[in-house]
Amino acid sequence: MTSAAAQSSDTPLFDPASPLKPTGNLRRRLFVSQAIRWGAIAAAALAVAALGIVTFDVIKEGASALNLDFIIQDPPAFGPGGGIRSAIIGTAIIVTAGALIATPVGVLIALYLVEFSSPRSRTARALRMTLDLMQGVPAIVVGIFVLGLIVEVQHKDSGFAGSVALAIIMLPLVARSSQEVLLLVPEGLREASDALGVDRWRSILTVILPTAMSGILTGAILALARAAGETAPLLAVDGTFTPHLTFNWFGPMPNIPVSIWTAAEAADPNGFARAWGMAFVLLMLILLANVGARLLFARSRRKVMG
Amino acid sequence: MSASPTSAGRRGLRLVTARRSAERSRGDAILRGLCILAGLAAAFVLAEIAYQIINGARPAISKFGLGFLGHATWAPNLGHFGAAEMLFGTAVTSAIAMVIAVPLAVSIALYLALFAPGPVRAVVGPLVEMLAAIPSVILGFWGILFLAPFVQAHVEPFLHDTFGFLPIFGPPATTGLSIFTAGIILTVMVVPIIASLSRDLFLTVPREMKDGAEALGCTPWEMIRGVVLPSTVSGVVAACSLGLGRALGESIAVASVIGGGNLIHGNLFETGNSLAGRIALDIQYYVSKLQLNSIFYLALLLLVMGVLTNLAARMIASRYDVSSRTVI
Repeated sequence: MTSAAAQSSDTPLFDPASPLKPTGNLRRRLFVSQAIRWGAIAAAALAVAALGIVTFDVIKEGASALNLDFIIQDPPAFGPGGGIRSAIIGTAIIVTAGALIATPVGVLIALYLVEFSSPRSRTARALRMTLDLMQGVPAIVVGIFVLGLIVEVQHKDSGFAGSVALAIIMLPLVARSSQEVLLLVPEGLREASDALGVDRWRSILTVILPTAMSGILTGAILALARAAGETAPLLAVDGTFTPHLTFNWFGPMPNIPVSIWTAAEAADPNGFARAWGMAFVLLMLILLANVGARLLFARSRRKVMG
Repeated sequence: MSASPTSAGRRGLRLVTARRSAERSRGDAILRGLCILAGLAAAFVLAEIAYQIINGARPAISKFGLGFLGHATWAPNLGHFGAAEMLFGTAVTSAIAMVIAVPLAVSIALYLALFAPGPVRAVVGPLVEMLAAIPSVILGFWGILFLAPFVQAHVEPFLHDTFGFLPIFGPPATTGLSIFTAGIILTVMVVPIIASLSRDLFLTVPREMKDGAEALGCTPWEMIRGVVLPSTVSGVVAACSLGLGRALGESIAVASVIGGGNLIHGNLFETGNSLAGRIALDIQYYVSKLQLNSIFYLALLLLVMGVLTNLAARMIASRYDVSSRTVI
C-alpha cells in the first residue's frame, strides 16, 4: 500500500512497473461482482452442508441401532429390541412391483414420443403435457386417489394399492428419463438400420433399445429410489401397524416409510431408536442407488455418444 | 422395384415385397399400438385421478360448498369441517420456503453454471440434486429431533429480538414445532429442484453472448445481470413455479414439524397446519364418512393447486422464452 502510494506520488507519468490496481468506479464494480460470487459460493456450500448435516445425524443416530438382528428380526409389538425384517421385505415387494408396472409403460410412452411421433405434433404435445401434469399431482393426492379407487372398494389396506400409487408417481419420471436417453441415441444408428431395410419395430427392439438400455435402467433406478422413500401415498393406502412378516400382496403390508412415520409420531424412545435405524437403512440405500445410477449413466453416456 | 426383367420374376418380387410390407406394417402397427395404448393409459389415469377425487369430495362439496374454504374449524367429532386454517398454513409455509429458496437456489445455479471450476461443478452439482433424494419422512423426523430444537433455541429468539417489532416474528413457542420450521424444511426440499433446473437454463446461454459482454468490459456480475438473467428469466420463473408446486403439495415433512395447531396466527413461531399435512394426519384415523369426504375435498384443493402451478410453469416457459424448452 505505502510503496504503491509513494510510487504514484514520485512518478506522475505512466509507469509500466506500477501494479495494475482498479480504482474508483471500476473498483466498486469489481467489489460487487466478487461479493456476488462469494454469496453464490456460500449458497452452494449451505446446500451441501444441509445434505451433510442430515446425512451425518442419520448415520450418527442410526448406526448404533444397526446390527444383524436389526435386519433379520421382526419388530416386537411393544418395547425395545427386535428388527425391521418385515418392513424391509414389505417395502422391497411394494416398490419392485410398482417399478415393474411403471417402467414398461413409461418406456413405451417415451418410444411413442421419440420414435413414432414428431415432437411438434398435437398428440405428442398432449402426451408431454399429461406427463407434466401427472408429475405435478402431489404424492398425497395420488394416495387419496388410490384410496378411493382400490382401498374403499376392497375395504382393506394392501401392498397392491401401494404399488399402484407408487407406479403412478414413478411413471412420469421413467417416461421423462427414457425419452431423454432415446434422444441421445445417435441418428446414424437409425439411418443405418433403415438403409439395411430393417423394419422400424425391429430396429427399435434390436438397435435402439439395446443402445439406450443402461440409460433407461438408470432412470428406472432413480425413480425407484424416489418411490422407496415416498410415505404419503402409502400412509393413505397401506398405513398398517402390523409388525408381522407377510408375502400377501393383496393384504396390509408393513413398510419402512410408514413405520418411520408412525414411530416419529408416537414419541416413544424405543420407537425413536428403531426409526433412526430404519432411516439409516433407507437413506443409505437411496443415496447408494443415486450415486450408482449416476455413475452408470455417465458410463453409458460416454459409450453411446462415442 | 422395377429391376426384375421377366414377368415371373417381377411377380415373385411383388409377392416378396407384399409379404414384407405386410409383416412390416403388422410389426410396426403392434408396437405403435402398444405405445399409443401406454399414452392413453397415462391420460386415463390422470382423468381418473380428477374424477375419483371430485367424486369422493362430492358429499362434502354439496354440504359445505365454497364456504368450506373460509371456514376455520376442523372438528371431526362435531362434524365441523373447514379448510381456512389449512389454506393459511399451506400459503404461509410455501411463501416462507419460496422467499428463502429462490435467491438461494438461483445463487447456487449461478455458481454451478458460471463460477465453479469443472471438477467442483461435477461434485457439487450432483450433491445438490441428492438433497432432493432425501425422503420427506426422514427429513421430517430429523426436523422434529434436530432442526426444531435448534430453531427454537437459536433462530427464533434471534429473529424475535432483532425484528420483534414486526408481529410475524412474535415470541417463540416451547417446542420449535412451528409454521416457520415447516417453511425451513420446505426450503430444503425446494432448493435442489429450482437450483438444478435453473443451472441447466444458465448453461444454455450461448457462449458468444457471455464472451461478448465480457469483451465489452463487463464484470462477471454485470455479465450475469445483463446477459444471463434476462435471457433465462422466464425459465427461472417457470422453475420457481414447479418448486412452488412441490412446496404446496408436500405433506409428510410439513406434518412432522408444523405442530398440528388449529388456529390462524399472525406469529410465524406458532403451530399451524397445511392442507397436505392435515390429510396425512387424518387419513389413518378418520371417524366418519363426512370426514373422509372432507379429506377428499382438501385433496381436490391440492390437486387444483398442483395442476395450476404446473400449467403456469408450462405457459411461462413456452410463451416468453425459447431457450427454456429444457425445463419443460
